[in-house]
Amino acid sequence: MGVEQKLGNMGVVTIKLEQAVNWARTNAMWPMLFGLACCAIEMMSAQASNYDMSRFGMELMRASPRQSDLMIVAGRVSRKMAPVLRRLYDQMPDPKWVISMGDCASCGGVFNNYAIVQGVDEVVPVDVYVAGCPPRPEALIHGILTLDEKVRGEKIKDWA
Amino acid sequence: MDETLLSAIQAITERFVAQSSEFRGQITLMISPEHIVDSCRVLRDEFGFEMLAAQTAVDYWPEQAPRFHVIYQLNSLSHHQRLSLRVPVAGNAPAIPTVESVYPNANWHEREIYDMFGIRFAGHSDMRRILMPYDWVGHPLRKDYPLGYEEVQFSFNYDEIDRRKPYANE
Repeated sequence: MGVEQKLGNMGVVTIKLEQAVNWARTNAMWPMLFGLACCAIEMMSAQASNYDMSRFGMELMRASPRQSDLMIVAGRVSRKMAPVLRRLYDQMPDPKWVISMGDCASCGGVFNNYAIVQGVDEVVPVDVYVAGCPPRPEALIHGILTLDEKVRGEKIKDWA
Repeated sequence: MDETLLSAIQAITERFVAQSSEFRGQITLMISPEHIVDSCRVLRDEFGFEMLAAQTAVDYWPEQAPRFHVIYQLNSLSHHQRLSLRVPVAGNAPAIPTVESVYPNANWHEREIYDMFGIRFAGHSDMRRILMPYDWVGHPLRKDYPLGYEEVQFSFNYDEIDRRKPYANE
């Protein structure tokens, strides 16, 4: 017999702390504005009214890394941009996640040359890779929901 | 052909021992490196080529003499004429005089040529890389620079490349 049966109709919900925190994290995840190439157009489209990413609690793109907890690397990262990317990642407060959006960010894409980093996972740890060139807004939203699933499964003992 | 252009070509070929050639209506003058600054000044001051529209280079590797051509595209706004100059330079670490004193916008063009081809410009006020990071090794647009950065992954060599590839670890 749980406490909820004794509480009756008082409008109180009981839940594990782990679940409550993970729920809060997934439903108000603020991505950082970090568009680097054509993937950024699809990312904007994912937020606009046709696809409406705000249904999943992500309507707010933050221009500052200090206020965001998700970095969507949308586009190719040049070798000169890589230190900037790493610095922005380091400036984000914990907990933080990274989605590598599109082929260029994930593995270099068609740009196998001196200028482009061959996969942003050389610079920052990536949680979800979204394939596509560029991925459609549905694909990005699917990637975000996959990340949500991952975050919901996080354990309290793993929190730093 | 336009009279201004004709007289300009004549003057440059006579004064600086240049050879002119024509391809589809575009005139090119081959000039030796020591004359490039003077011929640019003459073209600007006497013949109205006020604008350096583009400056770039070509690598003819594995040829060594000349290995590179530095190309200047001049534009005359007052006469509506175009003229291109080519300077052959030999060797793997070449240096030619800068035309920054004649056309100030050559500053960034020459930095780009230095960055991409490794041609140094003597007397340049700020000879740094412009596109690549400052600590970069090599000059990417040279023909002997490696074309691809990473071997392409297939199912048969995936594991091997995956083992070599660096990953960020927290």
